[in-house]
Amino acid sequence: MPKGYSRPQTLIDKPWHFCPGCNHGIIHRLCAEVIDEMGLQNQTIGVGSVGCGVFSYEYFNFDGIGPSHGRAPAVATGVKRVLPDRLVFTYQGDGDLAAIGTTEMVHSAVRGENITIIFVNNTLYGMTGGQMAPTTLMGQVTTTTPGGRSRNQAGYPFRVCEMLATMEGAAYIARGAVYNPAQVVKTKKAIKKAFATQMAGLGFSLVEVLSACPTNWGMNPIQALKFVEENMVPVFPLGEFKVTPIEAGV
Amino acid sequence: MGELLLMKGNEAVGEGAIIANCRYFFGYPITPQTEILEYLARRLPEVGGAYVQAESEISAINMVFGAAAAGARVMTASSSPGISLMQEGISYIASAELPAVIVNVMRGSPGLGGIHPSQADYNQSVKCGGHGDYKLIVLAPASVQELIDFTILAFELAEQYRTPVVLFSDGMMGQMMEPVLLPEINTTPVDRPWATTGMNGRSPNIIHTLYLPADDLGNHVKQLFAKYDQIAANEKRHTQFMVEDAEIIVVSYGITSRVAKAAVEMARENGIKAGLFRPVTLWPFPDKALKKAAENAQLLIDVEISMGQMRDDVRLAINDRLPVDLYNRIGLVPTPEEIYEFIKSRAREVL
Amino acid sequence: MEVVFNEKRCKGCGLCIEFCPRKIIALGTKMNDAGYHYPFIKQKEKCNGCAICAMMCPDVIIEVKGA
Repeated sequence: MPKGYSRPQTLIDKPWHFCPGCNHGIIHRLCAEVIDEMGLQNQTIGVGSVGCGVFSYEYFNFDGIGPSHGRAPAVATGVKRVLPDRLVFTYQGDGDLAAIGTTEMVHSAVRGENITIIFVNNTLYGMTGGQMAPTTLMGQVTTTTPGGRSRNQAGYPFRVCEMLATMEGAAYIARGAVYNPAQVVKTKKAIKKAFATQMAGLGFSLVEVLSACPTNWGMNPIQALKFVEENMVPVFPLGEFKVTPIEAGV
Repeated sequence: MGELLLMKGNEAVGEGAIIANCRYFFGYPITPQTEILEYLARRLPEVGGAYVQAESEISAINMVFGAAAAGARVMTASSSPGISLMQEGISYIASAELPAVIVNVMRGSPGLGGIHPSQADYNQSVKCGGHGDYKLIVLAPASVQELIDFTILAFELAEQYRTPVVLFSDGMMGQMMEPVLLPEINTTPVDRPWATTGMNGRSPNIIHTLYLPADDLGNHVKQLFAKYDQIAANEKRHTQFMVEDAEIIVVSYGITSRVAKAAVEMARENGIKAGLFRPVTLWPFPDKALKKAAENAQLLIDVEISMGQMRDDVRLAINDRLPVDLYNRIGLVPTPEEIYEFIKSRAREVL
Repeated sequence: MEVVFNEKRCKGCGLCIEFCPRKIIALGTKMNDAGYHYPFIKQKEKCNGCAICAMMCPDVIIEVKGA
């Protein structure tokens, strides 16, 4: 365990709008730490999203773009085709990525677009107040599934990593979580691998991070982390789904 | 200047983009614009650029957003239904003040409509089909040569004002072949200090469209409209033909303005004092010039391949002082004879 | 070695307290301007500077100096 800790220089020193115990903050910080460690702050263009991640461009200390809802991978494609040597990544939630932005996500992977998606899955639409998302668990109560998500009404949770891992254009696909320190360390490694995959020019990469939403789940932050571990992980298993070896090594 | 070449309208748009130093194109196949993307899919790699065939027009316009944010000259093209899909993205590009060129090779509509020539997307672009307070510069070429020249002009205006520019073509102009001269232009490297290219030592550049505090949003929109006022003051363009003593003025743009010119000539040969006023920029609409041109007229005739979408702008330009008739065809370009017959019949009644 | 909490930005979520391996962090009785109770280290001599509190803090308010 490394000792000592200070704020990554790739995070702007300002207060965040996230609710208490929201995991977005941890995931933001991991991205920033990895970019610091890889020395890429000056070469990074971040593409945000619409939802709780909407202000990522105000929190990261590098060039940023705020796209429309779900279109971040298309915007990132435009940036990357113009600036192929930069680190270009999107930061999207499950509503943004797995519902309205499914097409852009899938076809970025189909093209093997050399970008990275950081996908924060908290099983619902957080910013609009906790509506059902494609990732909502079976039986999970949200404001639009008041009786719990049912098969007849809303089908089944969408497993993004498993689907993308079948695609030839996808070079690195992994799912992590941040519900305890060990998972934080693993997720950071996955983000680093994804960024390294991109910088090696190997193609599309995505890291899904299971994330707690204490506010909309109606739990305290500790209960919410336990919910991730006990209820989300069985549906969204953790691990690497596709790895393309990087010859230069990370 | 080189020698005359025979070029198809859609290819002319593509070559115009290359001449204007556009190196990125994102698009999706749709008739009748498809030759633009086919042409650029072949040409862009030859000049060190990139072509990406998007999975939809929604993705294409957002790729344009990204490439423009990254400081590139970038274009997309589509036909009417595809342009409808782009409206959200166009609103974002306008709000983010990014330069981009959007070509609409208009086809029959509404709905799937058809692949005929059309001018029925006037309101969508001139009045802005996306959400919110914004404006688009809309250029209306009327020949294959102008498709090249105005494509280049579109990039220059987009860059100068950091705003999206729409270039109108249609199913006929896109498909017709005419001799053209390829202009040679000097492209000086453009400085885009606002672009998100990686900080490289400076503070972060942020391109976004979200202004949560009401005052911030208000100031942003006011600043956009101060720019639009400047565009309206500087960029109104039109041409006119025999309007000075005209009693009947035909107002028409794009492909129909060419046909209308021939009809006006026929009218003159038959003793009817007719003239033609052709808006070249549809926004900003050349209202003062039309008002002046119509000073001695008794009747205006709006000729369009739509149900008269431009007519409101014509009426506004002349303060509704004169009747503004509509002669239109849907799905095809009217012939000079048809327009002439209409002019003749109206002349009998009004003059 | 010193653990510094940026108290005014703390939202009192308690993750640092939960994951401290030595269980030496507690919420204080005072509130910051936002109305959150913020943590302090109740037994400084037991802290080995492992920085797990900082690793779990969602608001990046914890700095572990001179470890």
